[in-house]
Amino acid sequence: MEAIQAFQRVVDDPGGYLQTITARRKIIGYCCTYTPEEIIFAAGAHPVRLFGSKGTIQRADAHLQAYSCSLVRGVLEDALAGNLEALDGMVFPHTCDSIQRLSDIWRLNIASTWHNDVVLPVKLNTESAHEYMLDVLKKFRRELQAWIGAPLTDAALQESIATYNRLRGLLKRAYEIKSGDPGLLSGRAVNTMVKGAMIMDRNEAIQHLEVLVPALEAGTGNTARSTAKRVILAGSICNHPEIYDIVESAGAQVVWDELCTGSRFFEGQIDVDGDPLAAIARRYIGRMNCPAKHKDLRSRGETLLRMAQDHTAGGVIFLNFKFCEPHAFDYPYLKEMLQGQNIPSLLLEIDQELPAAGQLATRIEAFIETM
Amino acid sequence: MAEDKPRDPEKDKLKIKSAKKMRDIMTAYYIDAKTARDNGKKVAWITSGGPVEALHVMDVIPVYPENHSAMIGATKMGGGLCELAENMGYCSDICSYARSDIACATINGGPIGGLPAPDFLVCCNNICGTVMKWYEVQARYFGVPLFIFDTPICHTDFPEETRSYVEKQTIEYITFLEQVCGKKFDFDRMMEVGKLSLQGQRLWQDILDTTMSKPSPMSAFDAFFHMAMIVTLRGTHTAVEYYQELLAEMRERAANKIGVVPHEKYRLLWDNLAIWHKMKWLSEKFAAHDACLVADTYTSAWCSSMKYLDEGDFLKSMVQGYTRIYLNIGVDQMADIIKNMITKYDVDGIVMHSNRSCKPYSLGQYDIRKRIQDEFGLPILMIEADMVDERAFSESQIATRIDAFMEVIKQQKG
Repeated sequence: MEAIQAFQRVVDDPGGYLQTITARRKIIGYCCTYTPEEIIFAAGAHPVRLFGSKGTIQRADAHLQAYSCSLVRGVLEDALAGNLEALDGMVFPHTCDSIQRLSDIWRLNIASTWHNDVVLPVKLNTESAHEYMLDVLKKFRRELQAWIGAPLTDAALQESIATYNRLRGLLKRAYEIKSGDPGLLSGRAVNTMVKGAMIMDRNEAIQHLEVLVPALEAGTGNTARSTAKRVILAGSICNHPEIYDIVESAGAQVVWDELCTGSRFFEGQIDVDGDPLAAIARRYIGRMNCPAKHKDLRSRGETLLRMAQDHTAGGVIFLNFKFCEPHAFDYPYLKEMLQGQNIPSLLLEIDQELPAAGQLATRIEAFIETM
Repeated sequence: MAEDKPRDPEKDKLKIKSAKKMRDIMTAYYIDAKTARDNGKKVAWITSGGPVEALHVMDVIPVYPENHSAMIGATKMGGGLCELAENMGYCSDICSYARSDIACATINGGPIGGLPAPDFLVCCNNICGTVMKWYEVQARYFGVPLFIFDTPICHTDFPEETRSYVEKQTIEYITFLEQVCGKKFDFDRMMEVGKLSLQGQRLWQDILDTTMSKPSPMSAFDAFFHMAMIVTLRGTHTAVEYYQELLAEMRERAANKIGVVPHEKYRLLWDNLAIWHKMKWLSEKFAAHDACLVADTYTSAWCSSMKYLDEGDFLKSMVQGYTRIYLNIGVDQMADIIKNMITKYDVDGIVMHSNRSCKPYSLGQYDIRKRIQDEFGLPILMIEADMVDERAFSESQIATRIDAFMEVIKQQKG
């Protein structure tokens, strides 16, 4: 499919793609789905999600211990290696302890970029946290505006909200079609689509999706109904599309996910009425949370159970980054809640490099057999 | 066994006499906590950097899982409990304080047969994000209310938004306490407790400052032991009185030139949490090189924000006091504090514990090391270990590295 190929090109060479944008707009990097990118987009800048280096980590080792996760090390490696020269700025929302320190290390070592901390609340379930969230977004708007040197108007914010609602709606629609007819689109293609949409100019991504989604819709029903077993992926980001291939060769399909390279990016539409910043804040508060944020004691478990029910999934595969504490802390209770509903789960700890392909395939195949 | 040997008066002179009293106070404290229910008192679990003063106002007994995990480490029970947590599904990369505590709660194990079950939990994330995940686990396990006191990290400054948010939470915290305790908050009592807290912090800083004397009357290893009071009994008369005595003893030792390391020649600074399971070994290892760890960044963290505290209005001033502690600030600010300590305590080198269990403390250490080396040219030793999990400690390798480091110090200082 042409649209997937377009997304694939930017995923394969984000640096090359950003070169085509840099003459027109300031480029701002981020590495967390709590980044209020609607505000960046409204300011006329281009927000780009960083996924970390795919090569060996060398330079980052001078700044980060080996017990840091591969995302934090990989992103810093890319910056130190000069792979992110297209970036004009970098935004760090507060999420986990590691990203918190990555922000400091970045500020002290990567002098060439504008640096901004968006220190969001850690809890999302109180009135004062909501007020603080809005205050922080206002501050970010002010600081971004000052740096860009042009007014960031409510009208621009509203337009940006409309763009994001459109983009997220289309991604969600593609997911729904895939869930209804999993054989229609490979998991690898889905992964490419979401990641591509986080790198590509958002309007350009919409254009591709507006071709892709109707094509998928037209394709449903033409293929024999898939008999594959239905799996959900949970975790932060998936940098290893091979995992989707292995799941599929084992006779299953990923029908939904709870990933930052997935539903955490597109879930939750922003209200188009009222104060745009307040509406943006409400989405980040209401959307399914990352384990580094506190909503209530079982919010992630409930989200996963609902997802499994909505998509008749028979199992969950956790893709936890090695050394990622927030996800590691949640795993035992999530596993238990799923077990309570007879949903088996498998934990894969993912580092920079995947374990030997055969070993991973054996584990995934064995798990899918038990489903 | 030690009692069977004839007493050595020279060695006795070196011992800190207050230590026995400290042990007695801590024993009594844990007995009180474990019998709280029989005495109609509530127990709250609270993080080490949490706003404990309000709990004292409400006559709630604060219990510190972190202090307990440190005891687990010191009694070398960490490896076993961490393994149990791993069998429960908690990955071995999770903080070992959390792993030990989570495991211990299920079997009432550890050196004191477990902590008394909490009536509620108070989690302040000024030390890390880990505590929030850890306290969520315990809130689910015990089925008790959890109050999260969210203190946004101050990377470079203290924005107005942060002040306003934390101030509102101070009020929410009091309301929460009134609800769970079923009684009104006494603001007059808060004034008293606030004064005692600040007094305790000042005394603790004065105690730590006696190590400016040469030889140093105590070491960081002693501070790791005596800090239990500023953590667990901050805001009480007990802490103030004990620290007055300890301060007097330290000043007397300083005046009489009694050093804790018999022939102190080299003065070092320790960074990060203690390696609880190797305290004695490390202390002897450095002493054998005539080196005294005279200061550390960890125990001084409990008085790291005194400049923001106002005993006339503790509640209001604790907004900054609890948000701007050492650790909840940028790496460059932490480096500046260490630089000041280098001069203040006149140290010849730094030992950095790169602690697998504490990311906010450890990530950034390499940059701090570089900044300090660039400015002071001081030798810095980086030891990779874990505060509680003794399975992560490679004794022979670390011994060799300490010896090599001390050689460099000796060559530099002569």
